Amino acid sequence: MSSAKSNLETLPRGVQVALVLGLIALLAFPFAGTDFYTQMVTRMMIMAIFAMSLDLLQGVTGLVSLGHAAYFGLAGYALAFLTPPGEPVSLWWSLPVAVLASGLAALVIGFFVVRTHGIYFIMVTMAFAQMVFYLFFDNKVLGGSDGLYINFKPSAELLGWVPFDLDGKRTLYYVTLATLLAVYAFLRRLLWSPFGRALAGIRVNEHRMRAMGYGTFGYKLAAFTLAGSLAGLAGYLWGAQTGYINPELMGFHMSAHAIMMVILGGMGNFAGAIVGAFAFEYLLHVFKDLPTLEVLGNVNLGKHWQLWMGLFIVAVVVFAPRGLLGLVERFARNRQGDTDQNQDQSKNQNKGADHG
Amino acid sequence: MAELLLSAQKLTKRFGGLAAVNDVSVDLWRHHIHAVIGPNGAGKSTLTNLLSGDLPPSSGTVMLGGRDVTGWSPEKISSQGLGRSYQKTNIFLPFTVWENVRLAAQSREPQAGRWLRRAGQMASVNGRAERALELAGLQSRRHSIAGTTSHGEQRQLEIAMTLATEPQVLLLDEPLAGMGVAEAERMVALLLTLKQEHGLLLVEHDMDAVFALADQLTVMVNGQVIASGSPAQIRADAGVQAAYLGEEHA
Repeated sequence: MSSAKSNLETLPRGVQVALVLGLIALLAFPFAGTDFYTQMVTRMMIMAIFAMSLDLLQGVTGLVSLGHAAYFGLAGYALAFLTPPGEPVSLWWSLPVAVLASGLAALVIGFFVVRTHGIYFIMVTMAFAQMVFYLFFDNKVLGGSDGLYINFKPSAELLGWVPFDLDGKRTLYYVTLATLLAVYAFLRRLLWSPFGRALAGIRVNEHRMRAMGYGTFGYKLAAFTLAGSLAGLAGYLWGAQTGYINPELMGFHMSAHAIMMVILGGMGNFAGAIVGAFAFEYLLHVFKDLPTLEVLGNVNLGKHWQLWMGLFIVAVVVFAPRGLLGLVERFARNRQGDTDQNQDQSKNQNKGADHG
Repeated sequence: MAELLLSAQKLTKRFGGLAAVNDVSVDLWRHHIHAVIGPNGAGKSTLTNLLSGDLPPSSGTVMLGGRDVTGWSPEKISSQGLGRSYQKTNIFLPFTVWENVRLAAQSREPQAGRWLRRAGQMASVNGRAERALELAGLQSRRHSIAGTTSHGEQRQLEIAMTLATEPQVLLLDEPLAGMGVAEAERMVALLLTLKQEHGLLLVEHDMDAVFALADQLTVMVNGQVIASGSPAQIRADAGVQAAYLGEEHA
């Protein structure tokens, strides 16, 4: 049943296999690619964490936030402020503080926005994000429109012992990969918890949830705060990787990109958000590198990357409404259907629900 | 007399100048079925929404299980022991029948907000959901996606979900609407079973069913109660006959 509100929550065997293969590729990648590509994939993984955090709202709870980048950027700024001018800051306390700062901002803003529904929710989340954006954009003390440099990557030193050094590009890569896996495992677990089931119920029919006794406001606020915190985790890593933070990271475009990533990959299962983030960032790279056509009066195809990206996303939405992951699922099911005509889909889905 | 579960006194709801519900009082005892009948537009659904907290009353009070719940939110009224079903089927269409009922049962769990526990492995929730599913006679459909089941099954599911929240008071808005004869008979039997444990407030159009089931009847016309009493009293009431029942029931 492909109702608009049904998600591909249970990952079919084919998708699971594809994900494991992807993980193996990620584990091996730094030994194959150059530093440039290692950094690029690190960036993709950071965006994947960001996209997953949004998916908790957008795909699972049904709340489309057009201001999610605010919480991403805030943690990056927190890292910038916490890093002293002449030395690195300790990872072990600056990371929790940065994540907490994003979470706190999401809690306060969420307190107002989760009361609204539908289009109003979209507009109010955007309005709050724009307020945060201009707060930083207009204040020289907060870095202004130029942003801030983070001259030292956070130090992982613990009482004289250094387990890893984030200055190493490969180390940062693997730390980010480990974070990505931890966030994914946590969110998948959450999806099948009583809390996650309640969020899914809110997406499908909030009215009935309230009639059954669920205080949906509290559930939505908790989801909003958690999503903001996880976005902060991604923003912190971004700041650590790039060493530079500016208001654009909290801007409208960043929020919109995250929405597109989630839609591109397929909503509501977190794996789709990862796939979407990688696809989006990869296509961004490809489209920006398009050549200048000398016929037709020197059209620079790369400069118009947004046009190609837009066309691609329209194509995905039209031909694969459940995202790239949905395509994989459909492909896998068609093949399975050839061998087993009488397969009962609903039974199959339910069986899968036991091993999220 | 049995335990008084629900008592609404002088409820009024105005929309602008129109009083959709005007000075209506309804009492409900355990082991009783109290049916509210009336023509379209009589204010039955508005009354239902006032009792369930979907709408706040303009004036009047609602007592539920000995507490004044006037103006409470739907979720708090649900927690206080009132379960309602809807006239228009209001379920989770993309979920399985089981998940619909399980989610309803989960609402009674103090730890329903837990993040890391597996929802499907909470024994008390599963037990409650299983009982509700069995009472509604839906065990064989548990794996079906709710949106793919028949209209009658969706009506049964409505009741099962309401039951899974373990209410004292069941507020059922036209549970027989659109049902075939066989399905309706099943539902009537189910309602009689439920009466043994709960108090049922029934808003219903089906006159035969209402007179077969109800211990007490309240007739509403234009937002007002024009008669209230036993089925025999209502049947004999001249005002009701003129306003509503028509020749064939006279």
